[in-house]
Amino acid sequence: MKFWLERQRHLIDFTLASLARRKAKNLGLLAVFTLLVFVLASVMLFSHALRHEAALVLKDSPEIVLQRLVAGRHDLIPPGYLDAIGRIRGVQNTQGRLWGYYYDSVVKANYTFMVPPDGGIEKGTIVVGPALERERGLAENNGISFRSYNGQLFSYTIAKVLPRPSELVSADLVLMNEADFRAFFTYPEGHYTDIALSVANPLEVRNVASKLANILPDSRPILREEVLRTYASMFDWREGLMLALLSAALLAFAILAWEKASGLSAEEKREIGILKAVGWETGDVIKMKLWEGGLLSLTAFLLGFVAAYLQVFRFNAPLFEPVLKGWSVLYPRFELVPAIDGLQVATLFFFTVFPYMAAVLVPIWRAAVTDPDAVMRA
Amino acid sequence: MIELRDVRKIFNQGQHNEYAALSGITLTIEAKRVTALRGPSGSGKTTLLTLIGCLARPTSGRVSLHGRDISGLPERFLTEIRRQTFGFVFQQFNLIKGMSALENIMLPAYPTGQPHAELTARAEALLERLRLAHRGNARVEWLSGGEQQRVAIARALINNPEVLIADEPTANLDTALAKEFMAILESFGEEGRTVILTSHDPLVVESAAVHRVVNMRDGLLVEHHD
Repeated sequence: MKFWLERQRHLIDFTLASLARRKAKNLGLLAVFTLLVFVLASVMLFSHALRHEAALVLKDSPEIVLQRLVAGRHDLIPPGYLDAIGRIRGVQNTQGRLWGYYYDSVVKANYTFMVPPDGGIEKGTIVVGPALERERGLAENNGISFRSYNGQLFSYTIAKVLPRPSELVSADLVLMNEADFRAFFTYPEGHYTDIALSVANPLEVRNVASKLANILPDSRPILREEVLRTYASMFDWREGLMLALLSAALLAFAILAWEKASGLSAEEKREIGILKAVGWETGDVIKMKLWEGGLLSLTAFLLGFVAAYLQVFRFNAPLFEPVLKGWSVLYPRFELVPAIDGLQVATLFFFTVFPYMAAVLVPIWRAAVTDPDAVMRA
Repeated sequence: MIELRDVRKIFNQGQHNEYAALSGITLTIEAKRVTALRGPSGSGKTTLLTLIGCLARPTSGRVSLHGRDISGLPERFLTEIRRQTFGFVFQQFNLIKGMSALENIMLPAYPTGQPHAELTARAEALLERLRLAHRGNARVEWLSGGEQQRVAIARALINNPEVLIADEPTANLDTALAKEFMAILESFGEEGRTVILTSHDPLVVESAAVHRVVNMRDGLLVEHHD
């Protein structure tokens, strides 16, 4: 064992000396490889963190949201629907929700106006999301006016600004009192935007949904798991799109790295011949080159991954944010909670380090099996 | 010590450029003696040296070391024998550029897995013996021809081999350096090391340090001089 360790130590010593001898080539390779891992890891980490965040947010959302449709379009829930649902077995709780969109021509952005389920907001006051605070320069106790769709002007006082960690979902939010909401949008009394249902038993969710569709044929039940799936596929799609756009550049980098790694210079071939002639086995030469490739690719992987981690979780992904994060005019500004998927890291490792090792191994193996007497005849 | 029986070496066998470098050599090389293989270019000296030094296998015939037939051994075993028994000094020295003299000397010992400190001490002792102690940390490409050859000799000795093999050792040296090499060679003879070298340099083959000259031509032995 000691002998084996000492032997590996000698091989690593020689490998490090070899890497240092070809500084320009190896630093170039390291830079290209690190960049490749950095780009791929950034996209992966960012998309995964967003999916993770979305899943966390939706964890506490209702199992079913019921909307009413008229001519295939979303319409208000009329009075009497809540009572009809209350009789369905398995439904634990029902809640009529009030929310709507408002276009603010001042900052050319859409806000989401909403009445919080537990109320708690006084008449004439509103609670706003951090993006609104930023864009309109608002602070607590400031006044703000919105012109409603019927032309009437409504003024409110800011009671509170929502905390930043919730910005992914609350960036454009305006929370208000129910009476204020109905007055602003001229919502008829007893009508709601949709109905949130909680179902105690997760296995019952689909049954409840089909019962809802039977009792209220003009309604559309939306399940939480479907929303989760939609979010997931949206971020998957964005990630895929991003990778597709980057693929040409990545391919060019990969070819460059392959070319650099797989080409053995005459000097390197000569060295392999010398090592074999002075008593190195084919296996020693291959091991030494594997150490070389391994050290280089692992260093690049670690550097690229750490840089990507810092870019995404420390600096909020300035490179990919516009493509991967934004979905409206108001961009949420939030710090992602670090979330790493082990399988994703393993996949990235497999598709970057392994091809590189293969690229290194093939020409080395070819050079290493040449007869050691070649060096005498050269 | 080393016995060759009807050894032949054919390159590119079965191809249009087939070439017989050795056409049936039978020779015994005694231990603790300095033997020189002499002959013109293309006579097969270097090829014979590669077969003796386990760098290649003969196409036919037998090579035995201490009575053990080594001509049919797989590469791994040949490598081990080569590492333990032979030390090589090549015509072009074949040092690895960019590395120091000390590192070059230690190279053949790396696969043996001996402790680094021990190896370094041995390499430094060899440098001392060859009057190169002050150049140990210098890169080999910064050394003069004579210094490079002494580094090559030290490298050949690092595993303390029984046999030292040198291919045209004075071909790239001027007379003064060639004489210096012969002095080193003489010291090997005195300490009872077996040395086999190829040369057509009279300074080498006619030197008192050489105990035996084997003449070659066209892949065959011409005559023996003891």
